[in-house]
Amino acid sequence: MFKLSEMNVGETGQIKKINGSGHIRKRLFDMGVTPNSMVFLRKKAPLGDPLEITIRGYELTLRKDEAALIDIESVDAKL
Amino acid sequence: MKNFALIGNPNSGKTTLFNSLTGSTAHVGNWPGVTVDKREGKYKYKKENIEVNIVDLPGIYSLSPYTSEEVISRNYILEENPDCIINIIDATNFERNLYLTTQVIEMNVPVIVALNMIDIVEKNGNSINEKLLEKTLGVPVIGISALKEENLDTLMIKALGASNKTRKGLSVIKDEKISSLIKKIEAEYQNKNVQNSLFHATKLIENDEIEVKNNENLVSIIDEYKKDNYSNSEDTDFEATIADLRYQFITNECNKAVKAEKNGKEKISFSDRVDKILTNKWIGIPIFLVILFLIFHLTFSTNLFFIGSFGLFENVPLLFEGTPYEELFYTSEGINSFGVMLQNLVIGTTDMISSLVNDGLVSVNTPDWCVGLIVDGVLGGIFSIFSFLPQILLLFLFFSIIEDSGYMARIAFILDRIFRKFGLSGRAFLPLIMGFGCSVPAMINTRTLADDKEKIATIRVIPFFSCGAKLPILTAISGAIVTQFGLANADLITYSMYLLGMIVAIISIILMRNTIMRGKIPPFIMELPEYHLPQFKSLVIHLWDKLKHFVKKAFTIILASTIIIWFISHFAWNWSFLEDAELNQSILSSIGQFIQPIFTPLGFGSQLGQFGWVFAVAAITGLIAKENVIATFATLAASLTAGFVADDALGGIDSVIEMINATGINVPGLIAFIAFNMLTIPCFAAVATAKSELPKNKFKSTILFWIITSFVVSSMVYLIGTFYWTVFIYIALIAVVIILIYLYNRRMNKIEKGLN
Repeated sequence: MFKLSEMNVGETGQIKKINGSGHIRKRLFDMGVTPNSMVFLRKKAPLGDPLEITIRGYELTLRKDEAALIDIESVDAKL
Repeated sequence: MKNFALIGNPNSGKTTLFNSLTGSTAHVGNWPGVTVDKREGKYKYKKENIEVNIVDLPGIYSLSPYTSEEVISRNYILEENPDCIINIIDATNFERNLYLTTQVIEMNVPVIVALNMIDIVEKNGNSINEKLLEKTLGVPVIGISALKEENLDTLMIKALGASNKTRKGLSVIKDEKISSLIKKIEAEYQNKNVQNSLFHATKLIENDEIEVKNNENLVSIIDEYKKDNYSNSEDTDFEATIADLRYQFITNECNKAVKAEKNGKEKISFSDRVDKILTNKWIGIPIFLVILFLIFHLTFSTNLFFIGSFGLFENVPLLFEGTPYEELFYTSEGINSFGVMLQNLVIGTTDMISSLVNDGLVSVNTPDWCVGLIVDGVLGGIFSIFSFLPQILLLFLFFSIIEDSGYMARIAFILDRIFRKFGLSGRAFLPLIMGFGCSVPAMINTRTLADDKEKIATIRVIPFFSCGAKLPILTAISGAIVTQFGLANADLITYSMYLLGMIVAIISIILMRNTIMRGKIPPFIMELPEYHLPQFKSLVIHLWDKLKHFVKKAFTIILASTIIIWFISHFAWNWSFLEDAELNQSILSSIGQFIQPIFTPLGFGSQLGQFGWVFAVAAITGLIAKENVIATFATLAASLTAGFVADDALGGIDSVIEMINATGINVPGLIAFIAFNMLTIPCFAAVATAKSELPKNKFKSTILFWIITSFVVSSMVYLIGTFYWTVFIYIALIAVVIILIYLYNRRMNKIEKGLN
């Protein structure tokens, strides 16, 4: 198990748990980043941060700091 | 009359629907979070003679109370009891949009779900079974297109039908243990006679901040329930569980209504291809810089694409020579950009109107003061605003294209890394850079900033990004410095001043974010909308909205201030009317003499002797429009030096030289004067905009901030330039400030830690 911020571009994973607290955690839930959902790391910004992910059929951007709160269970490296 | 509330995710087409329903012209952008406050309008359906009041609530992802938008929407629904909620959903982004719906339907309010952009879903070969979704959600569902105005009347008739019935809240949570806990808590609320008990109960279990604060006595019931029913404390994170259950309901139940055309592999969409280039690792940032340069070039350049640099236009006779339009398309410098063409068209026309009015008034023997008031005061004031309106609008057009197309969100994505260092998010970049064009659109653009503190800090430093109107001050004074003192190079001075403005902006932001505007850097969790071609209709609406806004201001606050300044510069204390050249006898000049001493530490105060007040006066007239600063020098030069006539072609350099000769001001004093005008209170148009964009209690402190910053920086420039040893005093002072801020931060961090 590792974190969303450690995933490579092009990988898909399943979210296990959202750490952190308060506003940021709630915001992640609201945006559809919930346990059990699938997440695909689309790309990194030109300067390496923030990240762009596909979740629930749409594109979301978040910083590495925020992605580090998200535990990923299994990773499927196929595109 | 009935009240219907529009609620939905940001960027779901809510404002478009509001505009289509009410015929209003509110601004829409392909950028999450354009509607900040609630707005009201009336929907009229002529066939049935129906009139309904529509309330547009800010776009939200959830009914949790973390942002001001969420609180506004939540309170509106809970306290104002709308007759029906129209929940608008972006049908192309079905799952996440329904998350809000699962919360809305928990309330005892009639709800109707409008599936917006259903036409795009169908175009992609997919379909949504409205009947099935209606059954799943228990509320009416209808597909619409807000942009093409399809099905809107049907939506309203269905909404009216729904509003006539009462509705009981429904829970989508399908988990035995949690459902029975909800029932338990709901009963407690019902005992207290609380409306919308199901909604409140669920929120309390979700550990909602407001709910917990208001009902602390009920929290113990939840804690006990957790102890009795769950052996593993890992499973009692109800906030996560309920979010998950809501999404389970959406994916397991609601998704049955969606029929997606599966072609085996997914098509690479237009949006994806564009995005590959625009956010490319290597060329993403260069492309952005080129686009930015082109926007400014097309708006402000008088040498389009640098064609004129080869001297092609030096000997070409002007078109319309001798008329007010002779510089419309090109000058000896080169071809005008579109923005400059429009500006020249407006200036030519307003000049002609002014002189016609002037001639007309003179021919009927109107008194001189009256001609002056009407032509120079009223018309001059309004026209000076109109003269930069074309460029503001053009700049706006370009930025709305960027916003509407979805590129703006990517700019924030690309630049966030850099801006985080200063305590801002990538979203702040655009308003800041727009400041180089004009502060007015730049300040309006801060609406896209989610965080209040970030917004205030940004508005305050926008004027430091020297705008187009301040450029003449820079070029005239640095030109005069080079001619008179034989120093350096005029372009170098101009460039350094731009740089100074930016450095002061960055330092101010860092200072604010570490002292009065403390707070975590706002998180950057943002939807990246699909790219699409900008809609002509929404661009026109956008521009019209801005134009209206601006003209309204021009005729109120700006007009009033220009008349006052005209009056005090054309009348002496004995109420006798003065010619332009007699400015030195005016009320304004005596005010200038009165305040002159306060500019002494800045190098253009009492040390300049009897004519030193000219700089104070120029700074005051600069408040109307920064173009006035150099124009005032020209007027004053004429009144101080008999026979002086400013040469237009020199762009004010000769007037500034006259001032230097009359007052004996030194180079640091002149540079300090530039710095002062760049950093102090901006023009009235920008001040009025700041007032309407800032939170209510932040306007006065912002004015104060501008005054203090300009005094501190300008005096530093002057003192260090004149008495080099003062640099040591400043270094010591800066060191003290840094240490104080460091200590303050350490203490605040300790306090904050103590709280957690």
